[in-house]
Amino acid sequence: MAQSIGSTPGAAKKGLLGALSGDQVFKGFTACFAIGILLLLGSMFILLWQESGPSIEKFGWGFLTSAQWNPVLENYGALVAITGTLVTTAIALAVAVPISLGIALFLAEIAPQSIRTPLGVAIELLAAIPSIVYGMWGLFVLAPLMSDHVQPAIASVFGFLPFFSGPPMGIGMFTAGLVLALMIIPFIASITRDVFLMVPTTLKESAYGLGCTTWEVVKDIMIPYGRKGIFGAVFLGLGRALGETMAITFVIGNAHRLSLSLFAPGNSIASILANEFTEADTDIYLASLVELGLVLFAITFVIIGLAQLWMRRMVGTGKKG
Amino acid sequence: MAQMQSKSRRVNTNRMIIAVSTLAALFGLVMLVWILSDVAIKGMGAINWAFFTELPAPPGEEGGGLANAIVGTLILTVVAAVIAIPFGVMAGTYLAEFGSTTKLGAATRYVADILVSAPSIVIGMFVYLVVVAPSGNFSGMAGAIALAIIMIPVVTRTTEEMLRLVSKEMREAALALGAPYYKMMFGVIYRAAATGMMTGIMLAVARVSGETAPLLFTALNSPYWMESLNEPMANLTVTLFNYAMSPYEDWQTMAWGAAFVITAAILILTVTSRLLLMKRKRT
Repeated sequence: MAQSIGSTPGAAKKGLLGALSGDQVFKGFTACFAIGILLLLGSMFILLWQESGPSIEKFGWGFLTSAQWNPVLENYGALVAITGTLVTTAIALAVAVPISLGIALFLAEIAPQSIRTPLGVAIELLAAIPSIVYGMWGLFVLAPLMSDHVQPAIASVFGFLPFFSGPPMGIGMFTAGLVLALMIIPFIASITRDVFLMVPTTLKESAYGLGCTTWEVVKDIMIPYGRKGIFGAVFLGLGRALGETMAITFVIGNAHRLSLSLFAPGNSIASILANEFTEADTDIYLASLVELGLVLFAITFVIIGLAQLWMRRMVGTGKKG
Repeated sequence: MAQMQSKSRRVNTNRMIIAVSTLAALFGLVMLVWILSDVAIKGMGAINWAFFTELPAPPGEEGGGLANAIVGTLILTVVAAVIAIPFGVMAGTYLAEFGSTTKLGAATRYVADILVSAPSIVIGMFVYLVVVAPSGNFSGMAGAIALAIIMIPVVTRTTEEMLRLVSKEMREAALALGAPYYKMMFGVIYRAAATGMMTGIMLAVARVSGETAPLLFTALNSPYWMESLNEPMANLTVTLFNYAMSPYEDWQTMAWGAAFVITAAILILTVTSRLLLMKRKRT
């Protein structure tokens, strides 16, 4: 409502001509910066597309399905990197989503009022720790733990599956996925908590009044009500995980090959970029790396775009209810 | 809901879910304590006077510090903030004041939200292509620009949110006195929203000061003091990365020290901004 004051010329018509045009100038001035943000995104796409030209021209769509990555023969493909990114992200989501929902539920509905705020702050602090610290902690603390205890234990039970075969090295896709999970848990948990808190109290209280248990209220009222928001939170976490660089680069092992085993070292799009971009000495090498970046950008753009769409709908229904 | 379940079974399911959810929260808390205590214990070992005052020593040599990297990170963050804050505040002003119903407003809001979560390494790559490649050398300026691009959408969206919290009556009072729109904004609305905008800026600063990926191809790193923004610039995060990945134990210790300094600074910024926000809500 307040916003319409400046945008309708009628409201200010009585004023001096100078004041009126001054308002329009101010509006136009601020609009330039808003347009600037749109241009920023647009120019990122266009530039990445342009600069990956040599690679797109040489390899075509085959770039996405080729497992080659050979700077000597100048033959590049994205399959290993894309697989690594998807596998680590899948592990991260499988671990992070149930735990995040548990935390969100605890913070929103179960915890005693007195510890909700401090615990909420603690979870948000976890989200504020920079990703490079997670990566370093993963390399020096988690990886040795994985190779000495966790991976041998998993291998002794599920070792007959190809996914858990091979030497327990500590670093590799499995550990990278776990570090990623740690990173996105606080992120998904705090958004989901906010979504749960948007559920109208009257709805919950009427269910409690009918004799529902906490779990029944959660299952039949809160989750259906916040479904879009929860999906949005998970997808935002997914977007984060896909593009995360430092946490992964430390622990993924940087091996350029495909392997069925999750214990094997691998590479993700982001970790290849972090390790090789400054070393690219030929045009086609650089172009291939830029194309990898373009692929990553396009994937995350779609995922985050969807997430934002759902979050918006959630906020919309939240306001109506 | 359809079929009646026995009461004890419902109560048991409920207890189980509560237990699982409590365990999840406990897990989060344990991880926070675990990671922070590792960083604090291992980091403290590297912290001494030389850490803050001396240049890095070659591997194997005693002593040395990360003074240039600490100053470099401060410079990069400040320059990024100087670029991003005016940009973000103006764009946020458009969204809050004029962009509620316009197509430009909706599009900008959407794109800003996407940019907030965009992979920072791609932003680094973009700045490499725009700034570093044409100029022919890595530079602190390029690093600051990359960080600024990450800050802008954050500042934009928090500014918008905070401006929307300022009451309609305050605007009407200013306009009724005949103030032009920009005077109302600068004289009244920004002041009313100052605390909130400040917290948004602090959170954005906290976020970029821990960023590594966008600096890898822009500011790069350097073992020396910086002389201008046109040369590779030492910074804590890339130094941390290089040192932690190195085979030298004393460098790895230094990396823990760097991790401690960065984490402490970011957590202090985050907690302070939260306290500011809570105080504001109470008054």
